[in-house]
Amino acid sequence: MPGLNRNQMAWRAAQDIADGSVVNLGIGIPVLASDHLPAGRDVFFQSENGVIGVGPAAAADRIEPDLVDAGSRKITLRPGGCVIDSVWAFAMIRGGHIDVTILGGFEVAANGDFANWDSRIPNKGPLVGGAMDLAACARATWVIMEHNTRKGGPRLLAACTLPLTAMRCVSRVYTDIAVVDVTEAGFVARELVPDVSADDLRARTGAPIALAPDCRPLAAPALPA
Amino acid sequence: MAIDKRVATAAAAMEDVGDGATVFITGFGGAGFANVLIRALCECGPRDLTLVVNSATHPASLTHELIAAGLVRKVIASAGRGRDPGLSVFETLLRDGKIEFECVPQGTFAERIRAGGAGIPAFFTPVGFGTDLTRGKETRQLAGRDCVLETAITGDLALVRADLADRYGNLVFKYAQMNFGPAMATAAKLTVAEVREARDEAIPPERVQVPGVFVDRVLAVGA
Repeated sequence: MPGLNRNQMAWRAAQDIADGSVVNLGIGIPVLASDHLPAGRDVFFQSENGVIGVGPAAAADRIEPDLVDAGSRKITLRPGGCVIDSVWAFAMIRGGHIDVTILGGFEVAANGDFANWDSRIPNKGPLVGGAMDLAACARATWVIMEHNTRKGGPRLLAACTLPLTAMRCVSRVYTDIAVVDVTEAGFVARELVPDVSADDLRARTGAPIALAPDCRPLAAPALPA
Repeated sequence: MAIDKRVATAAAAMEDVGDGATVFITGFGGAGFANVLIRALCECGPRDLTLVVNSATHPASLTHELIAAGLVRKVIASAGRGRDPGLSVFETLLRDGKIEFECVPQGTFAERIRAGGAGIPAFFTPVGFGTDLTRGKETRQLAGRDCVLETAITGDLALVRADLADRYGNLVFKYAQMNFGPAMATAAKLTVAEVREARDEAIPPERVQVPGVFVDRVLAVGA
């Protein structure tokens, strides 16, 4: 099936991160976006365990055991970075000081409703972490996810079927085949991979989706999956 | 008598902890787990505990030993899912209805503890509105947003991991060890810190991250 791989989806989202912004990246594909930031953009990545200014992963001989991000990765701090406590970290999130959060997702509805925390795995305990705080309170919430489920069902829907993370919070979705804005009028595709037709896109989306008048081809450099 | 909050043994650190206690435990993202104190609490053996801990199942935390020992009645956390495909001890008990679980968005979790330590009984937040985690809670529209009422959490015991302490109980953390430590230290009746080093001399005032006023006992455990 034609489309972007995980790193290419993260790359595409990274191109939209504005210079000077404060960004929180979710676990999984979103955290890869920090590796693909265009040169010259000075950005602070926040991690909800209190790290402000997450830098690249620590080299094996430079690991500080207590310098980790929310996903337990051994990291470095960028110049100007610092570490604060959880209360302050979430004041930053809940107080609207995060310009954009990029999160993994299961479902996004045409009104911006978002489901990413409970996929109803039988018997596994629930895990919400900071997802509800980020989705409800970041100044913008973007989602990176495959356009369709493994069984081929749509993830962009008229209404979410899985438990909600937050209501009316998502403004943009990066999938393996399209960049989709969530607008007052519903889904609008801004970019679409060349091998997927408008009809294919509509067939693979679970709610009406319009093509922007200036809809462009979605392309990314070759990157390892 | 000159203040000295340092205790010599893990058993002394757990003195007077009783059944039914609500226990805060620090640690998140692979840093700041109070594992020596968790094991000491396990050996001390109080029952019917309520744990307030970010994750019920984090692999780097010994929280699971308390749960496996059958000492825990309820867990309040933002994460209750193990990383392994199989079920953790906690998930097995949860499935069988043998342990209670309250799943809380992490920022609400932090703020409920902060509120508990700051004498604020409850607060409104937009986080979680319209989701399964706030079903049945009082709601109100404030500042143009739908909000839910969340109540403070206070407790009997806080187990806090830090890097450095002095005899006064002042604490310094290393990097992301800090996480829930400062908030939890304020919200418990008895706060015990385990640290790499507990000094006789005072920590320079500008370095103190948790004032000793919030800390009752300090146990040096080395690296």
